[in-house]
Amino acid sequence: MIAAVVRRVGIMAGDPGIRAAARRCWPWVALLAFTIVLPWLFYDWSKGRHAGFVVSLLSQIGLMIIFALSFNMQMGQAGLLSFGHAVYLGLGGYVTIHAINAVGAGRLWLPMELMPLVGGFSGLLFAIVFGWMATKQRGTAYAMITLGLGELVGAAAVMFNGFFGGEGGITANRILKTSLFGLSYGPSIQVYYLILAWTAVSVVAMLLLTQVPLGRMANACRDNFERAQFVGYDPRMVRFYQCALSGFFAGIAGALYAVDYEIVTFDAVGSILSANALLMTFIGGIGVFWGPIVGAVLITLLQSWMSLISNAWLIYVAVLFIVMVIYAPGGIAGLIMAHVPIWRAGRLPALALPYLRIGPPALIGAAGFAGLVELTYFVTIGSGQGKSLSVLHQAIDAGSARPWLLASTLFVAGTGIALSQRRAFAAAWDAVGEQIRMKERSR
Amino acid sequence: MTTPAAVVLRDVHKSFGLTKIIHGVSLEIPRGQRHAIIGPNGAGKTTLFNMISNRVSATSGEIELNGRPVHNLPPHEINRLGLSRSFQTTSLFHRLSVFENVRCALLWSRGYGYSIRHLLWRQHDLNAAAERLLDRLNLRDRRDVAAGLLSYAEQRALEIGITIAGGADVILLDEPTAGMNRTEADRAVALIRQITEGKTLVMVEHDMNVVFDLADVVSVLVYGRIIASDVPARVRADPQVREAYLGTKAA
Amino acid sequence: MELILVTLLNGLVYGMLLFMLASGLTLIFSMMGVLNFAHASMYMIGAYLAFQISQAIGFWPALIIAPALCGVIGAAIEMYGLRKAHRNGHVAELLFTFGIAFLIEKGVQMIWGLAPVPYRVPSALDFALFTIYGTNFHAYRGFMLLISMLMFLAIRLLLTRTRVGLIIQASLTNPEMVGALGHNVPRVFTTVFAGGSALAGLAGVIGGNYLVTEPAMAFTMGPIVFVVVVFGGLGSLAGCFIASLVMGLVQSFAVVFDVSLADLLARLGIVVTARTPLAEVLTVPLPRIAALLPFLLLVLILVFKPRGLMGTRDT
Repeated sequence: MIAAVVRRVGIMAGDPGIRAAARRCWPWVALLAFTIVLPWLFYDWSKGRHAGFVVSLLSQIGLMIIFALSFNMQMGQAGLLSFGHAVYLGLGGYVTIHAINAVGAGRLWLPMELMPLVGGFSGLLFAIVFGWMATKQRGTAYAMITLGLGELVGAAAVMFNGFFGGEGGITANRILKTSLFGLSYGPSIQVYYLILAWTAVSVVAMLLLTQVPLGRMANACRDNFERAQFVGYDPRMVRFYQCALSGFFAGIAGALYAVDYEIVTFDAVGSILSANALLMTFIGGIGVFWGPIVGAVLITLLQSWMSLISNAWLIYVAVLFIVMVIYAPGGIAGLIMAHVPIWRAGRLPALALPYLRIGPPALIGAAGFAGLVELTYFVTIGSGQGKSLSVLHQAIDAGSARPWLLASTLFVAGTGIALSQRRAFAAAWDAVGEQIRMKERSR
Repeated sequence: MTTPAAVVLRDVHKSFGLTKIIHGVSLEIPRGQRHAIIGPNGAGKTTLFNMISNRVSATSGEIELNGRPVHNLPPHEINRLGLSRSFQTTSLFHRLSVFENVRCALLWSRGYGYSIRHLLWRQHDLNAAAERLLDRLNLRDRRDVAAGLLSYAEQRALEIGITIAGGADVILLDEPTAGMNRTEADRAVALIRQITEGKTLVMVEHDMNVVFDLADVVSVLVYGRIIASDVPARVRADPQVREAYLGTKAA
Repeated sequence: MELILVTLLNGLVYGMLLFMLASGLTLIFSMMGVLNFAHASMYMIGAYLAFQISQAIGFWPALIIAPALCGVIGAAIEMYGLRKAHRNGHVAELLFTFGIAFLIEKGVQMIWGLAPVPYRVPSALDFALFTIYGTNFHAYRGFMLLISMLMFLAIRLLLTRTRVGLIIQASLTNPEMVGALGHNVPRVFTTVFAGGSALAGLAGVIGGNYLVTEPAMAFTMGPIVFVVVVFGGLGSLAGCFIASLVMGLVQSFAVVFDVSLADLLARLGIVVTARTPLAEVLTVPLPRIAALLPFLLLVLILVFKPRGLMGTRDT
């Protein structure tokens, strides 16, 4: 048996396609190694325990990565905008938490390591049912159907006690005796590695699914559904299958959610989480496979950190989202990828000065905007809560005019200058692009 | 038993609301024929194509493909029955590379369906066939460029390539040389002739050189009616046609 | 009997309020192809602005000023935001309006707080107009009906008797053609967007004190308005009118009739006990799911009859 495996690995190692893929894979492998080691960087060696907050945050990031990637299977790859994606995560979570309770009570045997499959198959089942209805339409109509379905499930989750546990949700104890590796999954670090393993598996699976006929035709239908029809494909079925698969992975994220938090409530199917998926994926970048990963990491970090600093962080996210919709619809990943050909051609320094002309004013404008928002927030809510406003340890009197004038000036001046630099920047960008094309043509 | 004609239109009418576009068109295109449909703008040529491929449905009349009525079939099923078409405005998968465009066009006819099992980079026959088609289209050096970034003529060539990739035996080409200069059009015609060898070709065209070069039979559509349907030489000489369409500058 | 009559009146009032909101959205959606998520946000802004202005000056000035401000905000959103998003496609426009709606909700929360604000009916209208079967019909409801009827007439006159109105009507079914005919389509779009926003704002002014004025009101009202627009069909204001009334009546009646599916089954002789599968679903009383009916209708209509009642185009 071992000889057969070794032979198979040998054949695969000889396959030039796989070798090329392995060479391209090193960033992913490095990333994986990094995430394995990461919690230990925050380990408290004197007390001999992990930083709970960090491990919990990393776990959350892990399952959000799966969630965001599954969302992008619909949005970026198939062109399906969904406002109800959390439904699959949440329902997967609910089924899983019932399963965990069942295992705990001895009614069912399932190793914890395979628990995410329960969520996955639940998500798949619900995606088949809801997706069959929703994928009858596409575009705006599809988005509205998902909005309606999301609200219906969300309301049902509050109303019905049997399956959903009503407003209180369903809780479970994740310490089962059914691990394949003898782990209890009580300590959160063990849950982290479970999530990490499943995140890695899901990322690879979803990546491979972009390289199969269904995945490619999903892209094709996104680009031009009529043309897809005339190469023999029914765009409705392509949408349906893609939606179903995306539900599968969202369900896996839901199961990990259930394991991690040991409680699933109506929040897990709610419109806020669905909106979160949209924000993470879009800001990260819908046109590149790893875009949602960036978005998931960024938004989850922002959520944790910024909410500690400022209550208005959602306003900043909303503004960032709107700005990106207009000026950078490819998201952060799109912005990075747009610079890759320039970097490869060695023309990146040509953009240094244009960036210098537009960057700092934009940042100053953003700072001014943040200042205004924080001042308003303080005046309307913060002061009532007895807090005091300070920036860089300097106390600020929101009652006086000075901070307002300062913030307003920074905002107006900064954004004004940045906007006026737009055309010059675009010209510089186009010029660099033209130089690269000329160089290629003369080769 | 005779083989059914490739495309049959029987007293087909089409109205959009109160506006009647097609007034009782009847046409029979036997297998293997190269058939051109010409006519002034607005005559309804593209509408005819749209009805044959069921992109719009006829108001009345029958349309048959290889003996099968098509009026209640969705476009993808008509395609699977052996009809493929190109569009007047170039219709490609603009964000996919040229190679991917061609490969997608090959998938269904090679039985891949909605598979999630087959990793595309390991499908050597499929990839080889796609590369061969790229060679025939003369697009080998544009292999990895996104289709939306190609030049107009390159896009039209790719469009023709995608249309025939699936091995359809009835090909509808809607103004394949529109917007091309003389050289590009000649190259396109050579490609079309080569690529539609043994297949049924129905073509809408405005370029008379192309029409008389390529077609076995020419039908003239004016204001939704066929006023002539014959070999090119006789159509060229038909006084009704000259008056309605060709005018005094005889090709 | 009295219950039916009273509920009918309530449904009518609510339906006309919905029409005020939905008509603007139908115009915008039919013409520009954009499902304006921020439409209900204008409703919310209208209510909040009316609250502030009422506190400062009075209700009657608010009735004019708040919708006007909403119109200006709408015009600004269209000119400086939506038009730019349009370059990136329909989905980008949808996302843009979604982002705006999100931002407005957070902004309102920031400025006015999370709790409902005490936006009250003006004392001048705070009396019972007449009494039916012992239930008072509040004068303010009559006022609401009056305003919405006036507005309905105004829209009809504008669309059928003025040149701008004819252009708008044409653009409802074929915007590209209207542009090709030489009309300044961008300006028409801005006008329609601003007008629709002003209408939504007006609905907020008169509805905000009748219903509740809180940051979540945009999100609770929004989907109901979407349903009305889809149900009525794209490109048809008449359909929108019928759909609004139907929706208003359905919602009003749903809250009043305390029946559940179990009751219906009981009439057929089937008894539902605590152990019947799906017992929870069967025993839910209608008023509890009244809030869900719009979403249910939205899904059903879009899946089975996306053209709606009288639509002339597909979504």
